[in-house]
Amino acid sequence: MTEHLHDDTPADTDGDESMLADGPPLADGRNTAVASQWQLMWWKFRRHRLAMAGLTVVVILYLIAAFAEFLAPFDPNSYDRKGGFHPPQAVHLIDRTEEGGLTIRPWVWETELTRDPRTLVSTYQATGEKTYLRWFGEGDSYELWGLIPGNRHLLTPVDPDKRFYLLGADRLGRDMLSRTIHGARLSLLIGLIGVAFSLVLGITLGGLAGYLGGWVDTVISRSVELVLSLPTIPIWLALAAALPATWSTETRYFFITLIVSLVGWTELARVVRGRFMSLKNDDFVVAAVLDNAPQRRVIFRHMLPSLTSHIIASVTLAVPLMILAETSLSFLGLGLMPPAISWGVLLKEAQDVRSIVLGPWLFAPGVAVVITVLAFNFLGDGLRDAADPYN
Amino acid sequence: MLKTSVEDKVDARGDVILDIRDLATHFPMRNATVHAVDGVSLKLRRGKTTCVVGESGSGKSVTARSVLQIVDAPGRIVGGTIALRTGGGEVDIATLHPRSRAIRAIRGRDIAMIFQEPMSSLSPVHTIGNQIIESIRLHEKVTKAEARARAIELLAQVEIREPEKAIDQYTFEFSGGMRQRAMIAMALSCNPQVLIADEPTTALDVTTQAEILDLMRSLQEKHDMAIMFITHDMGVVAEIADDVVVMRHGKVVETGEVNEIFANPRHAYTRRLLESVVKLEQRAEIKRPEAEVLAEQTDPILSVKNVSVVFPLRGPKRKGPARGFRAVNDVSFDLRRGESLGIVGESGSGKTTLGRVLASVLSPSEGGIRFHENGGAGGDVGQLEGEALRNYRRQVRMVFQDPHGSLNPRMTVGQIVAEPLLNNGIARGDALRDRVYDLLEQVGLPAAVAERYPHAFSGGQRQRICIARAIALEPRVVICDEATSALDVSIRSQVLDLLIRLQERLDLSFVFIAHDIGVVRYFCDRVAVMRKGEIVEMGPASQVCDNPQHPYTKALISAVPHPDPTARSMHLRHRYEDAGVS
Amino acid sequence: MLLRYFIRRLLWMIPFLFVVSIVVFALIQAPPGDFLTTYVAKMAESNEGIDQATLERMREQYGLDRSLPVQYWKWISGLAVGDFGQSFEWNQSAWSVIKSRLPLTLVLMLSTFIFAWGVALPIGIYSAVRKYTVGDYVVTFFGFLGLATPNFLLALVVLYLGVRFFGVHMGGLFSDEYEGEPWSLAKVIDLYKHLWIGILVLGTAILASLIRIMRANLLDELSKPYVTTARAKGMAEWKLILKYPVRIALNPFISIIGIYFPALISGAVVTAVVLGYPTLGPLMLQSLLAQDMHLAGGILMIMCSLTVVGMLISDILLALLDPRVRYD
Repeated sequence: MTEHLHDDTPADTDGDESMLADGPPLADGRNTAVASQWQLMWWKFRRHRLAMAGLTVVVILYLIAAFAEFLAPFDPNSYDRKGGFHPPQAVHLIDRTEEGGLTIRPWVWETELTRDPRTLVSTYQATGEKTYLRWFGEGDSYELWGLIPGNRHLLTPVDPDKRFYLLGADRLGRDMLSRTIHGARLSLLIGLIGVAFSLVLGITLGGLAGYLGGWVDTVISRSVELVLSLPTIPIWLALAAALPATWSTETRYFFITLIVSLVGWTELARVVRGRFMSLKNDDFVVAAVLDNAPQRRVIFRHMLPSLTSHIIASVTLAVPLMILAETSLSFLGLGLMPPAISWGVLLKEAQDVRSIVLGPWLFAPGVAVVITVLAFNFLGDGLRDAADPYN
Repeated sequence: MLKTSVEDKVDARGDVILDIRDLATHFPMRNATVHAVDGVSLKLRRGKTTCVVGESGSGKSVTARSVLQIVDAPGRIVGGTIALRTGGGEVDIATLHPRSRAIRAIRGRDIAMIFQEPMSSLSPVHTIGNQIIESIRLHEKVTKAEARARAIELLAQVEIREPEKAIDQYTFEFSGGMRQRAMIAMALSCNPQVLIADEPTTALDVTTQAEILDLMRSLQEKHDMAIMFITHDMGVVAEIADDVVVMRHGKVVETGEVNEIFANPRHAYTRRLLESVVKLEQRAEIKRPEAEVLAEQTDPILSVKNVSVVFPLRGPKRKGPARGFRAVNDVSFDLRRGESLGIVGESGSGKTTLGRVLASVLSPSEGGIRFHENGGAGGDVGQLEGEALRNYRRQVRMVFQDPHGSLNPRMTVGQIVAEPLLNNGIARGDALRDRVYDLLEQVGLPAAVAERYPHAFSGGQRQRICIARAIALEPRVVICDEATSALDVSIRSQVLDLLIRLQERLDLSFVFIAHDIGVVRYFCDRVAVMRKGEIVEMGPASQVCDNPQHPYTKALISAVPHPDPTARSMHLRHRYEDAGVS
Repeated sequence: MLLRYFIRRLLWMIPFLFVVSIVVFALIQAPPGDFLTTYVAKMAESNEGIDQATLERMREQYGLDRSLPVQYWKWISGLAVGDFGQSFEWNQSAWSVIKSRLPLTLVLMLSTFIFAWGVALPIGIYSAVRKYTVGDYVVTFFGFLGLATPNFLLALVVLYLGVRFFGVHMGGLFSDEYEGEPWSLAKVIDLYKHLWIGILVLGTAILASLIRIMRANLLDELSKPYVTTARAKGMAEWKLILKYPVRIALNPFISIIGIYFPALISGAVVTAVVLGYPTLGPLMLQSLLAQDMHLAGGILMIMCSLTVVGMLISDILLALLDPRVRYD
């Protein structure tokens, strides 16, 4: 770039202008000089490989939760009396045609419950028959999001009376894969809704404390300290125990979310308060005040944009806490209750040692929890690192 | 490179103890390798001071750290030799492993180092004594009691009062100057033959700097040390150097004996560096003569009457009248129409607080400021509200010290400059855009920069953007709070010249707050000297700078080092004895 | 100086405990009906009728006919002298039930506390000093895994592995032969033979975050100028790291105790439920499910008070460690 520079100050050509030609050019020719905060953050975030992986996994998980009815092979509550603790089966994709050639179609070995005559232990043995499967076939009917009726599933048995268990079955012969996929919906949603509650509480209280200072700050900061020093699970348990058992599943879900969100807001309030405190005295905010910007504009145009990226990062790190909280509460029997299906509810069935020894695949929802929490943590860490691209 | 002739001369003039040749220290980064030090050669002589001078990023500090092999990761010495010649023979430090026993034996014993930040360079959770005693016992087999006695003696040597008490104190109980003295005591604990000082006085006030430089000189004489003094301040160089090494972009551009360098600089960069420093030694050439200006400027535009600012003290509240820290105490003066008034003072003098009151960031606790709008009488600034306050803020604008912090990184330059115009309903749409372009041009920036973000600009350019924002509303008064102190010397005068031209063009009055006497002398017509919240002296710039009356001003002015090695005057300076001076 | 600091910290506990007690009392009061309605329902269930007069007498005895503040006062003044009310589930005073379980609870928590902090410290230091080495990545990986695995899941996995590969049930705290026996050294050893699983499970999650905290703080400190100063003195690398940056990075590591102690208490509830430990956690869950609110409230109050212990430990250590805190 050849720019005409103030010719009235020839001495100015030293050092001062060295960067004016353009921003520091990056390897792939992006121009940072005209890049907004979000572009810079995205470029910084993209370099963080674990965070990108986390982002991908989180997106996939939420897609699964959104289209659970379609992705799950069966209705999560349908059961097969003969399928209790059925072990997981592998899907075979290549099959031999009757003429002996190879063809591509999914199938699993059909099994049958047999009792060993000597040890009297029951096991599922392959019968030698194949259960053929079909992509996008018709199966249990459902209403997607309670709105769109349908009966197509990603993978269904060709014979609607047959069943297959990619992740095994539980005690009652319900398909663990279908249940885990459906569990994702409530578990993941509780993270989002809980965070939304926390966000409102945290931003309002933290913002008030940080912006107003004085006794408001003292009261709010002390409350945060108090909540932080309470043991959460016992308090949640007591709160959840206080919910009347007669409430509907939906009401209970709402209140459990509320209870769970009691943990997240403190951290958010602390972040928002601290940032507000330091921002308030930053020169560029003082400059905005001196520019006669109205208070609303100072807060929303000048302060909040510096906060949002940090808030997004904190929120991302709060979601897994909520998910873990729901899981623990439901596991202990005081959170969500059947017939609601969440990962915590599912794991409650793995509570006693005998069940898990008979069916270690009951851990499947637990693995889902771990993956989710990990993905959110990686994502949140990456966002936090990228939150301030100006350092 | 200037070899043989100069080097031979250096050798001839004394006993070389440290001989650095073709030193290269590189920082391998993700995309490229930064050649922080790229073929540097220099020599240190016993009992002599070698100043390594350069602007930020010149590699002077990395050179110093390379000598002790304490370059921060991922930096590494990749070439050259560092020959240390002690009584025991010669060692090439560049070949030693940074973690080896051999280099550790040299650090602190043969070569000691002191750093810029006296606050963070000492551990906050260990006593001063603990850290000095440790230094002694690292290299000498003495008992704890003996080491302690030595430490007390060292503290006495660096003129710390009550060393027996000070030895058990923590750094946070010390002032900046005291910490730097403790640091020096620690460095001297094993009688090193070479002392490397990395900008040791940059963070200190001028009077404290003068005392630390005095101390180092007398200790050097006593111990016959070679000192390698890293600095960016040509005044300090002129005051203390025997030899000078000028660095730029990781390379030595010129070395020589101090008088030679100052009298007859050969390299263009050295010349420019000296010119920009010498330029700030007198009133700006582009300004009209002081007497002429003073005669014209008579009617006040801002009247400051008995202003005090009291900050409530933290901690347990005591009964009685509200007491607190008086940052500004009963200050009165007039700012005249069209003048540049300098307010100088050391840290803690209250000059910044006063500036914030003038800019209506803070309200005065007592007293008032009257703004004489277009000859008429305005209200007291402290009591202004609503439209009156908005009007005041349109007329009196501010330029901040930190060019990085005062621009919102999330707005483009165009948006930043447009902000005051928008908020005050001056312009919108195309008119706004044209006005922004016009303002940028006035501060010497092309219109095209409007769509860029502040992070794409250097410090000097950012300060120009700040100035554009300040003059956007055609104000009467601009408060500059240390507006040039974060900039390199060569940029400093450019920004000042810009302000002078704008003053002529826009009929502005400036309040220029600074700790640097040179900048004030260059830019201001009148000067007020502040100390502990009060104005101790006020008058025409030439009078205050050349013929100060108040003893504190005398001490302050005489402690300023001048870029003239033939007229070293700091040791003749006035001392202003008062409780609380470090 | 130090003494005044402690007294100030101790005084701050009083309003804290006061607010906590109000929260707990509110929770006790929250379920519909009161202690007696539950009691009556319980009696009716077991076909033991109860006459109106007894009911009235009990109502008066427990002050259930009084206003809430009076009830709160009765409850809190009872707590002060160790009267936690009656547990109808156990048909004895709540305190005596709690008392039998308190020591093991404390043993579990303190052991885990020592384990988590003791192990996190060296690993955190290692991980920071050897940043971006294989060892650091391994530590970071397991750290994340520990962070993401809920306590109960880990406990279940351990139980499963025990049965699957060793054929033993790893829950409980005592081997059969020591159950109900008086305390002896052998019994203590037996206790720890079981308890280590709980300590491991409970400690892992906290350990993971502690390592992260220690690593991050030490990384910050390692680049501070005073480290360079110490290096320039000629100190050996490990010695100077331990003396300076580690010492200062300990501050947040210690002050986090106040916040992680509650997490420890929380985790202990879930872990103990899965592992079948006779500690306060399962007791509380049981009493909540049975709406035995006096017992649940008492346990909750004790758990909240325990966090005060955590805060005190962290305050005392901090003041000993950092002169700046003392002089503040």
